[in-house]
Amino acid sequence: MEKFTQINGLVVPLDRANVDTDAIIPKQFLKSIKRSGFGPNAFDEWRYLDHGEPGMDNSTRPVNPEFVLNQPRYQGAQVLLTRENFGCGSSREHAPWALEDYGFRVIIAPSFADIFFNNCFKNGLLPIKLDVDTVDALFKAEAVTANFKLAIDLEAQTITLPEGTVYPFIVDAFRKHCLLNGLDDIGLTLQHMDEISAFEAKHRAAQPWL
Amino acid sequence: MSAQTLYDKLWNSHVVRQDADGTALIYVDRQLVHEVTSPQAFEGLRLAKRRPWRIASLLAVPDHNVPTTNRAAGITDPVSRIQVETLDANCAEFGITEFKMGDIRQGVVHVMGPEQGATLPGMTVVCGDSHTSTHGAFGALAHGIGTSEVEHVMATQCLVAKKSKSMEVRVEGVLGHGVTAKDIALAVIGLIGTAGGTGYAIEFTGSTVRGLSMEGRMTLCNMVIEAGARAGMIAADDTTFAYLKGRPFAPQGAMWEQAVASWRNLHSDEGAVFDTTLQLDAAQIKPQVTWGTSPEMVVSVDGCVPDPASMGQDKREGAERALVYMDLKANTPITEIKIDKVFIGSCTNGRIEDMRAAAAVARGKKVAANVMQALVVPGSGLVKLQAEQEGLDKIFIEAGFEWRDPGCSMCLAMNDDKLAAGERCASTSNRNFEGRQGQGGRTHLVSPEMAAAAAIAGHFVDVSKI
Repeated sequence: MEKFTQINGLVVPLDRANVDTDAIIPKQFLKSIKRSGFGPNAFDEWRYLDHGEPGMDNSTRPVNPEFVLNQPRYQGAQVLLTRENFGCGSSREHAPWALEDYGFRVIIAPSFADIFFNNCFKNGLLPIKLDVDTVDALFKAEAVTANFKLAIDLEAQTITLPEGTVYPFIVDAFRKHCLLNGLDDIGLTLQHMDEISAFEAKHRAAQPWL
Repeated sequence: MSAQTLYDKLWNSHVVRQDADGTALIYVDRQLVHEVTSPQAFEGLRLAKRRPWRIASLLAVPDHNVPTTNRAAGITDPVSRIQVETLDANCAEFGITEFKMGDIRQGVVHVMGPEQGATLPGMTVVCGDSHTSTHGAFGALAHGIGTSEVEHVMATQCLVAKKSKSMEVRVEGVLGHGVTAKDIALAVIGLIGTAGGTGYAIEFTGSTVRGLSMEGRMTLCNMVIEAGARAGMIAADDTTFAYLKGRPFAPQGAMWEQAVASWRNLHSDEGAVFDTTLQLDAAQIKPQVTWGTSPEMVVSVDGCVPDPASMGQDKREGAERALVYMDLKANTPITEIKIDKVFIGSCTNGRIEDMRAAAAVARGKKVAANVMQALVVPGSGLVKLQAEQEGLDKIFIEAGFEWRDPGCSMCLAMNDDKLAAGERCASTSNRNFEGRQGQGGRTHLVSPEMAAAAAIAGHFVDVSKI
């Protein structure tokens, strides 16, 4: 997993609540047996005017000029600013894979769906929950600022606006540690192998039908 | 010891270790595996030269990509075929039990697991699929996980997790004629919203819930993720035990008696405290129909499509967008909405009781002329077999429905069963998101009775009146 320390990233506003994982990466792309290459199909049904299928040359497809990600000013965005309950629906990790492969490193929203939120941290993607008013303020600031970038520092847990305002954010200590160091949690868990084995022996002795 | 909730009991009995900040390692008893969210996990194991910790805890089945017709021809879509073949190869390589496409036991993973007795009370159950919450119906702690976690559980038999908050949804009283567990689920989502359960594990309690069959309980727990809750659960009781007894993976003989004695403790204690409680009166619940592009956009069948202008600022924009996508006008009576297709099946409503309920409505009737396709997709090969033994297939076929082979099918349209742009479907599945059943397709979520009745009438009808 790629480490996350700090970025100064261009912000793209996706002004919708309840963006579901079917919208983030439509089902036909889940047929891949790989982890990579989903970026060109992130938000496929909103981003392109035709119907996308795996294996198409996405560079030749007609793009929807209305969709925010397609606007020239947002090319190269690393920060996705959005509304409540982002990532609801399916548990597909293809959603964070697609966002990460597109180039996003941070998603800011008032709330996230649980499974999606969890999946982000496994893929070097930092989801940040801010209160509704702060998110609203960021939308407003972005709308009136060309090339609106946010400096996001995971170690310090801060978001800094171009004009200097700083917002703190909260992140779980264990997840922060893993993200800062790019750690694979399987390796960390296996450090407790003896405890797992001891638990398992006791658990299965008490419930031998398991 | 103070009174515990069912969730407390399930959580506490699976904590391997817990850090001061609450981050815990939770032991996993059962992992179900399907073809879509597992290939990258198996690849991860191989790259790290790891083996699954406990092979016997794994049970695999292909369901999302499989065709529901003409199986003799195999899977014609080469990309889908590769994914299913990859599951077959991975299961063979690691020695994992798999019910392959030709096996009578193959089916939607959340229908197959309980049917085999592979889901037992007191277990922790995970699967790389958000509808894993279904298994909580057995007094188990069950929820969906991502592919990284699929790999993590395979490699370590544990999940890194923090305890959720607890919510009790208490439903008391008698359900009206034609009102089902699906309607309870949709009514709850309508009440608390699609994020109302985020951060919670939901336990359903009350006389109505205790009166539900296991099929109904599974439907209810299946849908909690549509309210944002990862896990839903219901206390284990005699209904649970009667369903499980004699199933292939369930304990037998003296071990069965020992297990049941232990499982009788799987309920919330008298006086246990939940973080939140919600109460519903079963008698007030009517058949539900979704009108928009989120499961929370739902009304009773005797209602109308709501007017976004009457909504608060926070809901208005989403509702306006949904009405455009759904091509619906505010204040249209639900029963005036005509449909093009019907889908009966899925992990929500693909069980034998659902087949019976839909067949009872369809018996002796014909699918309306404006309905171009009405699919019935049993949840598993065994559901299909039982339905055929009861003659349900003939009822459906005579009425003009198509009787298919088991799989996820048009619930998410990863195989050939999908809506074309603009088509409107009465569906017993669980998500009405934009494009879920096919790009541009329009989904209305309903119960099996409501779907069958809509197929016959060509538009929604109130099954509580027939």
